[in-house]
Amino acid sequence: MKKDIILLGIESSCDETSAAVVTNGRRVLSNIIATQVKLHAEYGGVVPEIASRKHVELIIPVIDKAIKEAGITLNDVDAISVTYGPGLVGTLLVGISAAKAIAFSLDKPLIAVNHIEGHIAANYISSPELEPPFICLVASGGHSHIVHVKGYRDFAVLGRTRDDAAGEAFDKIARVLGLGYPGGPAIEKEAVSGNPEAFSFPRVKFSDVPYDFSFSGLKTAVINTVHQFEQKRMPVPVADICASFQNAVVDVLVGNTLSAALEYKSNVICIAGGVAANSALRKRMSEKCLKNGISLYYPPVSLCTDNAAMVASAAYFYYIDEKWSANDLNAVPGLKLNENGI
Amino acid sequence: MQKYVAHNENDTIELGQKTAGLLKAGDIVALEGELGTGKTVFVKGVAKGLNIREHVTSPTFNIVHSYEGGSITLHHFDVYRVSDEDELFEIGFEEYLYKGDICIIEWADLIKNMLPENTIWIKLERTDENPDRRIITIRGLEPV
Repeated sequence: MKKDIILLGIESSCDETSAAVVTNGRRVLSNIIATQVKLHAEYGGVVPEIASRKHVELIIPVIDKAIKEAGITLNDVDAISVTYGPGLVGTLLVGISAAKAIAFSLDKPLIAVNHIEGHIAANYISSPELEPPFICLVASGGHSHIVHVKGYRDFAVLGRTRDDAAGEAFDKIARVLGLGYPGGPAIEKEAVSGNPEAFSFPRVKFSDVPYDFSFSGLKTAVINTVHQFEQKRMPVPVADICASFQNAVVDVLVGNTLSAALEYKSNVICIAGGVAANSALRKRMSEKCLKNGISLYYPPVSLCTDNAAMVASAAYFYYIDEKWSANDLNAVPGLKLNENGI
Repeated sequence: MQKYVAHNENDTIELGQKTAGLLKAGDIVALEGELGTGKTVFVKGVAKGLNIREHVTSPTFNIVHSYEGGSITLHHFDVYRVSDEDELFEIGFEEYLYKGDICIIEWADLIKNMLPENTIWIKLERTDENPDRRIITIRGLEPV
C-alpha cells in the first residue's frame, strides 16, 4: 500500500494563527486555530480576542497542539508548508520563520503556499472527489477573485475587486449599523427578517473586464441611506438595509461567477473564503447552478475562514511534484496567483 | 490650509491626482474621514498622479498595500484595524515612514502621536445637502 503523505500546514497571514496536519491533501488529522483554542495550560486562561494577532506568542503552542491532536510526532511529517502571501508582512514572517526552523532542524522539505490557493484547496478537503478544472469564487475580508482553476497548480485570475473586497463591504456596513465585527454573520442574521427589495442598491459591472468587482459605491450608497434616515430623525430600518445590501452583493458575486463558468464552459463551480459561509450566497448560487446544470461545491464554514488545513492541502500538490521552496523563503505581502516562481 | 469642494468621485480623484504632483519622496500624508467619504478614492487619484498603473484597492484587511512601478513608490495604509502601537511596530510601520517613499495613511487620526510634525493632513467630510459632495481640507501643502 502506498504510504500516506503527511503535511504540516502553518497559516499566519492575517488575524488567525493556525496549524494543521493533513494527509494526501484531502484528509484533516488536526486543524487548530488560535482564536478558538483555550490555551489554559500555556497561558493560565483563555486567549483574549484582542490577542488574536499575537502570532509570535501563539505559533509554537498551536503547532504543538496540531501535532498532538493528529496523534503523530513531528518526525512523521513529510514536509512543512506555510503561507507566504498575500497578507501582512509581520504576521506572515512569524509563520515562515517557524516553518523554516522546523524544516531545517528535521531536514524536511519546505513548501510555500499562496493563501488564495489555500482557500481554493479547502474544497479538496470537503469534497475528496473534486478535481480541476473548475471556476472558483474566492471571497473573503481581504480578497474577491474569480479564478479559473485549470489544474491543481495552474490558475488564471478572471476577475478581482477594484476597490473593497466583498467581506470588507460586509464588515464596513456592519460597522456603520453598529452590528459589530465580523460583519458577515451579523448582517446575515439581520437580513433574515428584512426585505431584500426594500432598497435598490447599485450593482457595478465593468465592460472591459466583465468579471471584476467593485463594492465601494455600494458601501457609500448604503451609508447614504443610513444618513438620510438619521437626518430625518427616523429609525434606521436595519433589517431591510441588511437584506437589500446582502442581496446586491450576492447578485454580483453569483452573476459574475456564473457568467465566467458559462463563458469558460465549466460545469463545476466552487466557492471559497469567509464570504462562502454566507447562506444567502450559497442558496442563490445553488439555485443558479441547478438551473444551468452546473455542480456546486463549497466547504463547511470551519474551512471557509482562514485555517492551516487548507494550506497543507494546497501544499500537497506541490509536494507530489517536488516543488520545494528554498530556505531563504521570504514573505510576499502582495503575492498574486500564479506568481509562485518555485 | 486649503478647502476644496468635490462634487463627485471624479472630483476627488482629480484632486488626488493634482496633490500627487506636489508630493515628493519621503512625504507622509494622513487622511481623516468617516467611512465612505472617499479616502481610498482620493488615493486612487494620487496613484494615478504618480503614474501607478495597478488598481488601488482598499488596504483595510491587509493594513498596507505597496505600489512600486510609479514615479515614486507609494505605501497605502489603513490603520483602522490596528489595535495598538505595538502592532504597528510589528509590521514595521516606522521603517515604511522613513524609507524615502510616499506613505498615505487612512484613519491616521487614530495614530496621531506616531506621525511626524511635517505630516500633510487631509480631511474628507460629507455635507448634509448632497450625498455625493465632499469638503476636502488640506493642511501642510501648497495649494494644488
